[in-house]
Amino acid sequence: MITSLPKLLSATVITLKLLSLSLFFGLFIGLLFAILRLNKNIFVNKFAYGYSYVFRGTPLLVQIFIIYFGLGQIEYFRSTFLWVVFKEPYWCAIIAFALNTGAYTSEILRSAFQTIKPGIIEAGKSLGISNKVIFYKIQIPVAIRQSLPAYGNEIILMMKGTSLASTVTLMDLTGVAKYIISTTFKPIEVFIVAGGIYLFMTFIIHNLIKFLEKKYSFN
Amino acid sequence: MMNIFKKTILTVIVSFLLIGSAYAGKIKIGTEGAYPPWNSKDASGKLIGFEVELAWTLCRYIGQQCEIVEQDWDGMIPALIMRKFDAIMAGMSITAERQKAISFSQGYADEVASLAVMKGSSLEGMETSEGINLTTKTGAVKKDLKTLTGALAGKTVCVQTATIHQNFLESGDVGKVNVRTYKTQDEVNLDLAAGRCDAALAAAVAFSDYAEKSGKPVVLVGPTFSGGAFGNGVGVGIRKDDTDLLNAFNKAIDKARKNGDISRIAIKWFGFDASM
Repeated sequence: MITSLPKLLSATVITLKLLSLSLFFGLFIGLLFAILRLNKNIFVNKFAYGYSYVFRGTPLLVQIFIIYFGLGQIEYFRSTFLWVVFKEPYWCAIIAFALNTGAYTSEILRSAFQTIKPGIIEAGKSLGISNKVIFYKIQIPVAIRQSLPAYGNEIILMMKGTSLASTVTLMDLTGVAKYIISTTFKPIEVFIVAGGIYLFMTFIIHNLIKFLEKKYSFN
Repeated sequence: MMNIFKKTILTVIVSFLLIGSAYAGKIKIGTEGAYPPWNSKDASGKLIGFEVELAWTLCRYIGQQCEIVEQDWDGMIPALIMRKFDAIMAGMSITAERQKAISFSQGYADEVASLAVMKGSSLEGMETSEGINLTTKTGAVKKDLKTLTGALAGKTVCVQTATIHQNFLESGDVGKVNVRTYKTQDEVNLDLAAGRCDAALAAAVAFSDYAEKSGKPVVLVGPTFSGGAFGNGVGVGIRKDDTDLLNAFNKAIDKARKNGDISRIAIKWFGFDASM
Protein backbone atom coordinates (compact mmCIF):
# COMPACT_ATOMS: atom_id res chain seq x y z
CA MET A 1 0.00 0.00 0.00
CA ILE A 2 2.72 2.46 0.99
CA THR A 3 5.09 1.24 -1.71
CA SER A 4 2.52 2.03 -4.39
CA LEU A 5 2.19 5.66 -3.28
CA PRO A 6 5.13 7.17 -5.24
CA LYS A 7 3.90 5.52 -8.46
CA LEU A 8 0.38 6.80 -7.85
CA LEU A 9 1.60 10.30 -7.06
CA SER A 10 3.64 10.55 -10.25
CA ALA A 11 0.56 9.36 -12.16
CA THR A 12 -1.40 12.15 -10.47
CA VAL A 13 0.79 14.61 -12.39
CA ILE A 14 -0.56 13.14 -15.66
CA THR A 15 -4.11 13.41 -14.32
CA LEU A 16 -3.53 17.07 -13.41
CA LYS A 17 -2.02 17.80 -16.82
CA LEU A 18 -5.00 16.24 -18.57
CA LEU A 19 -7.38 18.15 -16.33
CA SER A 20 -5.77 21.57 -16.67
CA LEU A 21 -5.33 21.39 -20.45
CA SER A 22 -8.89 20.13 -20.94
CA LEU A 23 -10.29 22.88 -18.74
CA PHE A 24 -8.17 25.51 -20.51
CA PHE A 25 -9.41 24.55 -24.00
CA GLY A 26 -12.86 23.74 -22.64
CA LEU A 27 -13.30 27.20 -21.20
CA PHE A 28 -12.58 28.83 -24.57
CA ILE A 29 -14.90 26.43 -26.35
CA GLY A 30 -17.54 27.02 -23.70
CA LEU A 31 -17.30 30.80 -23.92
CA LEU A 32 -17.42 30.72 -27.72
CA PHE A 33 -20.47 28.48 -27.83
CA ALA A 34 -22.24 30.42 -25.06
CA ILE A 35 -21.88 33.56 -27.18
CA LEU A 36 -23.09 31.67 -30.26
CA ARG A 37 -26.10 30.47 -28.28
CA LEU A 38 -27.06 34.10 -27.57
CA ASN A 39 -26.77 34.97 -31.27
CA LYS A 40 -30.06 35.98 -32.93
CA ASN A 41 -29.22 34.09 -36.14
CA ILE A 42 -31.21 30.87 -35.99
CA PHE A 43 -28.57 28.74 -37.78
CA VAL A 44 -25.73 29.86 -35.53
CA ASN A 45 -27.97 29.39 -32.52
CA LYS A 46 -29.11 25.90 -33.54
CA PHE A 47 -25.57 24.84 -34.37
CA ALA A 48 -24.37 25.79 -30.91
CA TYR A 49 -27.39 24.13 -29.36
CA GLY A 50 -26.77 20.95 -31.36
CA TYR A 51 -23.16 20.78 -30.17
CA SER A 52 -24.05 21.05 -26.51
CA TYR A 53 -27.00 18.67 -26.97
CA VAL A 54 -24.81 15.95 -28.52
CA PHE A 55 -21.91 16.23 -26.08
CA ARG A 56 -24.11 16.45 -23.00
CA GLY A 57 -26.38 13.70 -24.23
CA THR A 58 -23.76 10.99 -24.79
CA PRO A 59 -21.44 9.33 -22.27
CA LEU A 60 -17.88 10.66 -22.10
CA LEU A 61 -16.59 7.10 -22.51
CA VAL A 62 -18.40 6.79 -25.84
CA GLN A 63 -17.00 10.15 -26.97
CA ILE A 64 -13.42 9.23 -26.10
CA PHE A 65 -13.79 5.84 -27.84
CA ILE A 66 -15.19 7.44 -31.00
CA ILE A 67 -12.40 10.02 -31.08
CA TYR A 68 -9.61 7.52 -30.32
CA PHE A 69 -10.61 4.16 -31.82
CA GLY A 70 -13.36 5.41 -34.16
CA LEU A 71 -11.45 8.05 -36.11
CA GLY A 72 -8.40 5.79 -36.27
CA GLN A 73 -10.43 3.31 -38.31
CA ILE A 74 -11.04 5.74 -41.16
CA GLU A 75 -8.26 5.28 -43.69
CA TYR A 76 -8.79 8.68 -45.30
CA PHE A 77 -8.57 10.39 -41.91
CA ARG A 78 -5.21 8.72 -41.24
CA SER A 79 -3.80 10.28 -44.42
CA THR A 80 -4.65 13.84 -43.37
CA PHE A 81 -2.38 16.14 -41.36
CA LEU A 82 -4.81 15.82 -38.41
CA TRP A 83 -3.50 12.30 -37.83
CA VAL A 84 -0.31 13.72 -36.32
CA VAL A 85 -2.44 14.93 -33.41
CA PHE A 86 -5.02 12.13 -33.33
CA LYS A 87 -2.35 9.42 -33.44
CA GLU A 88 -1.41 10.28 -29.86
CA PRO A 89 -3.71 8.96 -27.11
CA TYR A 90 -2.76 11.98 -25.00
CA TRP A 91 -4.21 14.50 -27.46
CA CYS A 92 -7.23 12.35 -28.24
CA ALA A 93 -8.06 12.33 -24.54
CA ILE A 94 -7.61 16.09 -24.22
CA ILE A 95 -9.74 16.75 -27.32
CA ALA A 96 -12.52 14.50 -26.01
CA PHE A 97 -12.40 16.03 -22.51
CA ALA A 98 -12.23 19.63 -23.82
CA LEU A 99 -15.20 19.10 -26.16
CA ASN A 100 -17.18 17.49 -23.35
CA THR A 101 -16.45 20.07 -20.68
CA GLY A 102 -16.85 22.81 -23.32
CA ALA A 103 -20.45 21.72 -23.89
CA TYR A 104 -21.28 21.87 -20.19
CA THR A 105 -19.39 25.15 -19.74
CA SER A 106 -21.30 26.73 -22.62
CA GLU A 107 -24.58 25.90 -20.89
CA ILE A 108 -23.33 27.21 -17.54
CA LEU A 109 -22.14 30.48 -19.11
CA ARG A 110 -25.26 30.88 -21.28
CA SER A 111 -27.56 30.68 -18.29
CA ALA A 112 -25.26 33.08 -16.44
CA PHE A 113 -25.47 35.58 -19.32
CA GLN A 114 -29.24 35.28 -19.37
CA THR A 115 -29.60 35.88 -15.66
CA ILE A 116 -27.61 39.14 -15.70
CA LYS A 117 -29.95 41.82 -14.39
CA PRO A 118 -30.95 44.18 -17.26
CA GLY A 119 -30.37 47.06 -14.85
CA ILE A 120 -26.61 46.54 -14.91
CA ILE A 121 -26.49 46.78 -18.71
CA GLU A 122 -28.84 49.75 -18.72
CA ALA A 123 -26.63 51.50 -16.17
CA GLY A 124 -23.68 51.03 -18.54
CA LYS A 125 -25.68 52.35 -21.48
CA SER A 126 -26.83 55.42 -19.55
CA LEU A 127 -23.18 56.24 -18.92
CA GLY A 128 -22.63 56.18 -22.67
CA ILE A 129 -20.46 53.06 -22.72
CA SER A 130 -20.48 51.25 -26.09
CA ASN A 131 -22.16 47.85 -26.44
CA LYS A 132 -18.82 46.18 -27.09
CA VAL A 133 -17.25 47.51 -23.92
CA ILE A 134 -20.37 46.65 -21.93
CA PHE A 135 -20.07 43.06 -23.19
CA TYR A 136 -16.38 42.64 -22.37
CA LYS A 137 -16.17 44.75 -19.23
CA ILE A 138 -19.56 44.10 -17.65
CA GLN A 139 -21.38 41.08 -19.08
CA ILE A 140 -18.48 38.62 -19.26
CA PRO A 141 -17.07 39.35 -15.76
CA VAL A 142 -20.53 39.25 -14.17
CA ALA A 143 -21.41 36.04 -16.03
CA ILE A 144 -18.18 34.39 -14.89
CA ARG A 145 -18.88 35.36 -11.29
CA GLN A 146 -22.47 34.09 -11.58
CA SER A 147 -21.31 30.77 -12.96
CA LEU A 148 -18.56 30.09 -10.38
CA PRO A 149 -20.54 27.64 -8.18
CA ALA A 150 -21.77 25.63 -11.18
CA TYR A 151 -18.39 25.76 -12.86
CA GLY A 152 -16.69 24.51 -9.70
CA ASN A 153 -18.90 21.45 -9.91
CA GLU A 154 -17.96 21.00 -13.55
CA ILE A 155 -14.24 21.08 -12.68
CA ILE A 156 -14.75 18.33 -10.10
CA LEU A 157 -16.82 16.25 -12.54
CA MET A 158 -14.12 16.69 -15.19
CA MET A 159 -11.39 15.69 -12.76
CA LYS A 160 -13.21 12.43 -12.13
CA GLY A 161 -13.85 12.12 -15.86
CA THR A 162 -10.11 12.08 -16.58
CA SER A 163 -10.05 8.56 -15.09
CA LEU A 164 -11.39 7.44 -18.49
CA ALA A 165 -8.01 8.34 -20.02
CA SER A 166 -6.84 4.92 -18.88
CA THR A 167 -9.20 3.34 -21.43
CA VAL A 168 -7.09 4.79 -24.24
CA THR A 169 -3.76 3.51 -22.89
CA LEU A 170 -2.81 6.61 -20.85
CA MET A 171 -1.22 5.86 -17.51
CA ASP A 172 -3.11 8.40 -15.42
CA LEU A 173 -3.96 7.87 -11.73
CA THR A 174 -6.62 5.26 -12.49
CA GLY A 175 -4.47 3.60 -15.16
CA VAL A 176 -1.53 3.19 -12.80
CA ALA A 177 -3.81 2.00 -9.98
CA LYS A 178 -5.17 -0.70 -12.30
CA TYR A 179 -1.64 -1.62 -13.36
CA ILE A 180 -0.48 -2.00 -9.75
CA ILE A 181 -3.54 -4.14 -9.01
CA SER A 182 -2.78 -6.35 -11.99
CA THR A 183 0.63 -7.17 -10.53
CA THR A 184 -0.19 -7.24 -6.80
CA PHE A 185 -3.79 -8.55 -7.07
CA LYS A 186 -4.79 -6.28 -4.18
CA PRO A 187 -7.60 -4.10 -5.54
CA ILE A 188 -9.07 -2.74 -2.31
CA GLU A 189 -5.92 -1.18 -0.85
CA VAL A 190 -4.76 0.41 -4.10
CA PHE A 191 -8.19 1.78 -5.04
CA ILE A 192 -8.55 3.28 -1.55
CA VAL A 193 -5.23 5.12 -1.95
CA ALA A 194 -6.18 6.28 -5.46
CA GLY A 195 -9.62 7.33 -4.24
CA GLY A 196 -7.97 9.28 -1.41
CA ILE A 197 -5.84 11.19 -3.91
CA TYR A 198 -8.92 12.06 -5.99
CA LEU A 199 -10.70 13.17 -2.83
CA PHE A 200 -7.78 15.40 -1.87
CA MET A 201 -7.84 17.04 -5.32
CA THR A 202 -11.58 17.64 -4.92
CA PHE A 203 -10.89 19.24 -1.55
CA ILE A 204 -8.38 21.67 -3.12
CA ILE A 205 -10.63 22.57 -6.07
CA HIS A 206 -13.66 22.99 -3.81
CA ASN A 207 -11.84 25.39 -1.51
CA LEU A 208 -10.30 27.32 -4.37
CA ILE A 209 -13.74 27.94 -5.88
CA LYS A 210 -15.12 28.89 -2.47
CA PHE A 211 -12.30 31.39 -2.06
CA LEU A 212 -12.97 32.90 -5.49
CA GLU A 213 -16.71 33.10 -4.78
CA LYS A 214 -16.01 35.05 -1.61
CA LYS A 215 -13.46 37.29 -3.26
CA TYR A 216 -15.77 38.28 -6.10
CA SER A 217 -18.94 38.34 -4.03
CA PHE A 218 -21.36 41.16 -4.86
CA ASN A 219 -21.93 42.03 -1.23
CA MET B 1 -52.20 -6.12 7.13
CA MET B 2 -48.90 -6.27 9.01
CA ASN B 3 -49.18 -10.02 9.02
CA ILE B 4 -49.36 -10.22 5.22
CA PHE B 5 -46.37 -7.89 4.96
CA LYS B 6 -44.32 -10.08 7.30
CA LYS B 7 -45.34 -13.23 5.46
CA THR B 8 -44.31 -11.76 2.12
CA ILE B 9 -40.90 -10.78 3.45
CA LEU B 10 -40.41 -14.22 4.96
CA THR B 11 -41.39 -15.94 1.71
CA VAL B 12 -38.93 -13.81 -0.24
CA ILE B 13 -36.12 -14.58 2.21
CA VAL B 14 -36.85 -18.31 2.22
CA SER B 15 -37.01 -18.48 -1.56
CA PHE B 16 -33.67 -16.68 -1.83
CA LEU B 17 -32.15 -19.20 0.57
CA LEU B 18 -33.56 -22.06 -1.50
CA ILE B 19 -32.20 -20.61 -4.72
CA GLY B 20 -28.86 -20.09 -3.02
CA SER B 21 -28.59 -23.66 -1.88
CA ALA B 22 -29.63 -25.00 -5.27
CA TYR B 23 -26.72 -23.15 -6.85
CA ALA B 24 -24.20 -24.12 -4.21
CA GLY B 25 -23.11 -27.23 -6.11
CA LYS B 26 -22.21 -25.35 -9.25
CA ILE B 27 -18.62 -24.63 -10.18
CA LYS B 28 -18.31 -21.11 -11.50
CA ILE B 29 -15.61 -20.65 -14.13
CA GLY B 30 -14.39 -17.18 -15.09
CA THR B 31 -13.31 -16.37 -18.63
CA GLU B 32 -12.64 -13.17 -20.56
CA GLY B 33 -14.61 -13.81 -23.73
CA ALA B 34 -12.36 -11.49 -25.72
CA TYR B 35 -9.27 -13.50 -26.66
CA PRO B 36 -10.12 -15.59 -29.70
CA PRO B 37 -9.59 -18.40 -30.37
CA TRP B 38 -9.00 -19.21 -26.69
CA ASN B 39 -12.26 -17.66 -25.56
CA SER B 40 -14.58 -15.17 -27.23
CA LYS B 41 -18.20 -14.43 -27.98
CA ASP B 42 -20.32 -15.09 -31.03
CA ALA B 43 -22.55 -12.47 -32.65
CA SER B 44 -25.38 -13.22 -30.22
CA GLY B 45 -23.13 -12.67 -27.19
CA LYS B 46 -22.80 -16.37 -26.32
CA LEU B 47 -19.39 -17.40 -24.96
CA ILE B 48 -17.51 -19.66 -27.37
CA GLY B 49 -13.95 -20.79 -27.98
CA PHE B 50 -11.44 -23.49 -27.08
CA GLU B 51 -11.63 -22.94 -23.33
CA VAL B 52 -15.41 -22.64 -23.19
CA GLU B 53 -15.80 -25.99 -24.91
CA LEU B 54 -13.02 -27.52 -22.81
CA ALA B 55 -14.63 -26.18 -19.62
CA TRP B 56 -17.88 -28.04 -20.36
CA THR B 57 -15.90 -31.21 -21.07
CA LEU B 58 -13.91 -30.94 -17.81
CA CYS B 59 -17.10 -30.30 -15.85
CA ARG B 60 -18.59 -33.47 -17.30
CA TYR B 61 -15.56 -35.44 -16.06
CA ILE B 62 -15.73 -33.77 -12.64
CA GLY B 63 -19.41 -34.66 -12.53
CA GLN B 64 -20.63 -31.32 -11.33
CA GLN B 65 -22.73 -28.59 -12.86
CA CYS B 66 -20.85 -25.55 -14.13
CA GLU B 67 -21.57 -21.99 -14.97
CA ILE B 68 -19.26 -19.85 -17.11
CA VAL B 69 -18.91 -16.26 -15.97
CA GLU B 70 -17.50 -13.35 -17.93
CA GLN B 71 -14.85 -11.15 -16.34
CA ASP B 72 -12.56 -8.41 -17.67
CA TRP B 73 -8.99 -9.60 -18.00
CA ASP B 74 -7.37 -7.03 -15.71
CA GLY B 75 -9.61 -8.01 -12.79
CA MET B 76 -9.47 -11.76 -13.33
CA ILE B 77 -7.25 -12.83 -10.40
CA PRO B 78 -8.78 -10.39 -7.86
CA ALA B 79 -12.25 -11.63 -8.88
CA LEU B 80 -11.18 -15.24 -8.25
CA ILE B 81 -9.73 -14.33 -4.86
CA MET B 82 -12.91 -12.46 -3.94
CA ARG B 83 -14.96 -15.56 -4.82
CA LYS B 84 -16.88 -14.15 -7.77
CA PHE B 85 -16.06 -17.50 -9.35
CA ASP B 86 -14.08 -20.63 -8.43
CA ALA B 87 -11.78 -21.21 -11.40
CA ILE B 88 -10.13 -19.24 -14.20
CA MET B 89 -9.96 -20.58 -17.74
CA ALA B 90 -8.92 -17.55 -19.74
CA GLY B 91 -5.75 -18.37 -21.67
CA MET B 92 -3.87 -17.62 -18.47
CA SER B 93 -0.28 -18.86 -18.59
CA ILE B 94 1.22 -20.43 -15.50
CA THR B 95 3.87 -18.00 -14.24
CA ALA B 96 5.79 -17.75 -10.98
CA GLU B 97 4.39 -14.27 -10.37
CA ARG B 98 0.76 -15.43 -10.59
CA GLN B 99 1.53 -18.53 -8.51
CA LYS B 100 2.27 -16.22 -5.59
CA ALA B 101 -1.42 -15.28 -5.58
CA ILE B 102 -3.24 -18.38 -6.85
CA SER B 103 -2.70 -22.08 -7.66
CA PHE B 104 -2.74 -23.55 -11.13
CA SER B 105 -3.82 -26.95 -12.34
CA GLN B 106 -1.49 -28.80 -14.69
CA GLY B 107 -1.27 -27.11 -18.07
CA TYR B 108 -3.88 -28.11 -20.66
CA ALA B 109 -2.60 -26.17 -23.66
CA ASP B 110 0.44 -24.25 -24.77
CA GLU B 111 0.93 -21.92 -27.63
CA VAL B 112 3.73 -19.60 -28.67
CA ALA B 113 3.75 -15.82 -28.62
CA SER B 114 4.85 -13.67 -31.52
CA LEU B 115 5.35 -10.09 -32.62
CA ALA B 116 3.08 -8.80 -35.35
CA VAL B 117 3.33 -5.79 -37.64
CA MET B 118 1.38 -4.40 -40.58
CA LYS B 119 2.60 -5.43 -44.03
CA GLY B 120 5.26 -3.03 -45.28
CA SER B 121 6.68 -2.29 -41.83
CA SER B 122 10.41 -1.75 -41.50
CA LEU B 123 10.45 -4.56 -38.94
CA GLU B 124 9.52 -7.08 -41.62
CA GLY B 125 12.33 -9.37 -42.68
CA MET B 126 14.09 -9.31 -39.31
CA GLU B 127 16.77 -11.99 -39.39
CA THR B 128 16.14 -14.32 -36.46
CA SER B 129 15.59 -17.99 -35.83
CA GLU B 130 12.12 -19.55 -36.10
CA GLY B 131 11.51 -19.68 -32.40
CA ILE B 132 13.30 -19.18 -29.09
CA ASN B 133 12.78 -20.73 -25.68
CA LEU B 134 13.72 -18.25 -22.96
CA THR B 135 14.04 -20.80 -20.15
CA THR B 136 17.71 -21.39 -20.99
CA LYS B 137 19.41 -18.44 -22.59
CA THR B 138 21.73 -20.15 -25.02
CA GLY B 139 23.97 -18.30 -27.44
CA ALA B 140 21.38 -18.51 -30.20
CA VAL B 141 18.67 -17.08 -27.92
CA LYS B 142 20.96 -14.22 -26.83
CA LYS B 143 21.76 -13.45 -30.46
CA ASP B 144 18.07 -13.19 -31.34
CA LEU B 145 17.33 -11.01 -28.31
CA LYS B 146 20.12 -8.70 -29.42
CA THR B 147 18.65 -8.45 -32.92
CA LEU B 148 15.24 -7.68 -31.39
CA THR B 149 16.72 -5.06 -29.04
CA GLY B 150 18.23 -3.24 -32.03
CA ALA B 151 15.09 -3.49 -34.16
CA LEU B 152 12.66 -2.42 -31.42
CA ALA B 153 14.70 0.48 -29.99
CA GLY B 154 12.45 3.54 -29.69
CA LYS B 155 9.50 1.66 -31.20
CA THR B 156 6.01 1.52 -29.68
CA VAL B 157 4.95 -2.06 -28.97
CA CYS B 158 1.34 -2.67 -27.98
CA VAL B 159 0.17 -5.42 -25.62
CA GLN B 160 -2.82 -6.33 -23.52
CA THR B 161 -2.36 -5.22 -19.92
CA ALA B 162 -1.19 -7.62 -17.20
CA THR B 163 -0.12 -10.32 -19.64
CA ILE B 164 3.03 -12.40 -20.01
CA HIS B 165 3.64 -10.32 -23.13
CA GLN B 166 3.77 -7.10 -21.13
CA ASN B 167 6.03 -8.74 -18.55
CA PHE B 168 8.44 -9.86 -21.26
CA LEU B 169 8.69 -6.40 -22.84
CA GLU B 170 9.29 -4.82 -19.44
CA SER B 171 11.83 -7.47 -18.37
CA GLY B 172 14.65 -5.69 -20.20
CA ASP B 173 15.38 -8.70 -22.42
CA VAL B 174 14.75 -6.57 -25.50
CA GLY B 175 16.11 -3.30 -24.12
CA LYS B 176 13.99 -0.24 -23.60
CA VAL B 177 10.86 -0.35 -25.73
CA ASN B 178 7.92 1.99 -25.50
CA VAL B 179 5.21 -0.36 -24.14
CA ARG B 180 1.59 0.67 -24.61
CA THR B 181 -1.03 -1.34 -22.73
CA TYR B 182 -4.66 -2.02 -23.64
CA LYS B 183 -7.60 -3.48 -21.80
CA THR B 184 -8.40 -6.07 -24.47
CA GLN B 185 -6.62 -7.77 -27.36
CA ASP B 186 -9.30 -6.37 -29.72
CA GLU B 187 -8.09 -2.86 -28.93
CA VAL B 188 -4.47 -3.89 -29.52
CA ASN B 189 -5.48 -5.22 -32.96
CA LEU B 190 -7.41 -2.03 -33.79
CA ASP B 191 -4.48 0.23 -32.96
CA LEU B 192 -1.99 -2.01 -34.75
CA ALA B 193 -4.14 -1.72 -37.89
CA ALA B 194 -4.57 2.04 -37.37
CA GLY B 195 -0.78 2.46 -37.31
CA ARG B 196 -0.53 3.70 -33.73
CA CYS B 197 1.64 0.69 -32.82
CA ASP B 198 4.88 -0.11 -34.59
CA ALA B 199 4.40 -3.71 -33.47
CA ALA B 200 2.24 -5.77 -31.14
CA LEU B 201 2.99 -8.83 -29.03
CA ALA B 202 0.47 -11.55 -28.16
CA ALA B 203 -0.30 -15.21 -28.75
CA ALA B 204 0.51 -15.91 -32.40
CA VAL B 205 -2.99 -17.34 -32.94
CA ALA B 206 -4.60 -14.13 -31.67
CA PHE B 207 -3.04 -12.28 -34.63
CA SER B 208 -3.74 -14.93 -37.25
CA ASP B 209 -7.34 -15.08 -36.03
CA TYR B 210 -7.63 -11.30 -36.37
CA ALA B 211 -5.94 -11.21 -39.81
CA GLU B 212 -8.31 -13.91 -41.04
CA LYS B 213 -11.49 -12.30 -39.71
CA SER B 214 -10.71 -8.67 -40.54
CA GLY B 215 -8.81 -9.18 -43.79
CA LYS B 216 -6.16 -6.72 -42.54
CA PRO B 217 -2.57 -7.35 -43.70
CA VAL B 218 -1.18 -8.33 -40.28
CA VAL B 219 2.04 -10.36 -40.50
CA LEU B 220 4.05 -12.17 -37.84
CA VAL B 221 7.72 -11.17 -37.55
CA GLY B 222 10.74 -12.30 -35.58
CA PRO B 223 10.99 -15.52 -33.60
CA THR B 224 8.15 -17.17 -31.71
CA PHE B 225 8.58 -16.99 -27.95
CA SER B 226 8.13 -19.60 -25.22
CA GLY B 227 9.49 -20.38 -21.77
CA GLY B 228 10.94 -17.87 -19.31
CA ALA B 229 8.63 -14.88 -18.86
CA PHE B 230 6.12 -16.65 -21.13
CA GLY B 231 5.36 -19.24 -18.48
CA ASN B 232 4.75 -22.97 -18.66
CA GLY B 233 1.58 -23.43 -20.60
CA VAL B 234 -1.97 -22.44 -19.82
CA GLY B 235 -3.72 -23.95 -16.80
CA VAL B 236 -6.83 -23.56 -14.68
CA GLY B 237 -6.39 -20.88 -12.00
CA ILE B 238 -7.81 -21.84 -8.61
CA ARG B 239 -7.76 -20.26 -5.13
CA LYS B 240 -4.88 -21.52 -2.99
CA ASP B 241 -7.12 -22.92 -0.23
CA ASP B 242 -9.34 -24.78 -2.72
CA THR B 243 -7.24 -27.97 -2.96
CA ASP B 244 -10.27 -30.24 -3.55
CA LEU B 245 -11.23 -28.35 -6.67
CA LEU B 246 -7.60 -28.26 -7.81
CA ASN B 247 -7.38 -32.07 -7.53
CA ALA B 248 -10.70 -32.46 -9.31
CA PHE B 249 -9.52 -30.33 -12.23
CA ASN B 250 -6.16 -32.12 -12.43
CA LYS B 251 -7.92 -35.50 -12.62
CA ALA B 252 -10.41 -34.19 -15.19
CA ILE B 253 -7.57 -32.84 -17.35
CA ASP B 254 -5.82 -36.24 -17.14
CA LYS B 255 -8.98 -37.96 -18.35
CA ALA B 256 -9.68 -35.43 -21.09
CA ARG B 257 -6.12 -35.76 -22.34
CA LYS B 258 -6.22 -39.56 -22.33
CA ASN B 259 -9.49 -39.63 -24.23
CA GLY B 260 -8.16 -37.18 -26.80
CA ASP B 261 -10.71 -34.50 -25.95
CA ILE B 262 -8.18 -31.69 -25.48
CA SER B 263 -6.45 -32.40 -28.80
CA ARG B 264 -9.78 -32.65 -30.62
CA ILE B 265 -11.08 -29.35 -29.24
CA ALA B 266 -7.72 -27.64 -29.80
CA ILE B 267 -7.59 -28.66 -33.47
CA LYS B 268 -11.16 -27.44 -33.89
CA TRP B 269 -10.39 -23.93 -32.57
CA PHE B 270 -6.68 -23.37 -33.28
CA GLY B 271 -6.30 -25.37 -36.47
CA PHE B 272 -3.44 -27.32 -34.86
CA ASP B 273 -2.92 -29.41 -31.74
CA ALA B 274 -2.07 -26.94 -28.98
CA SER B 275 -2.83 -29.42 -26.19
CA MET B 276 -0.25 -30.37 -23.59
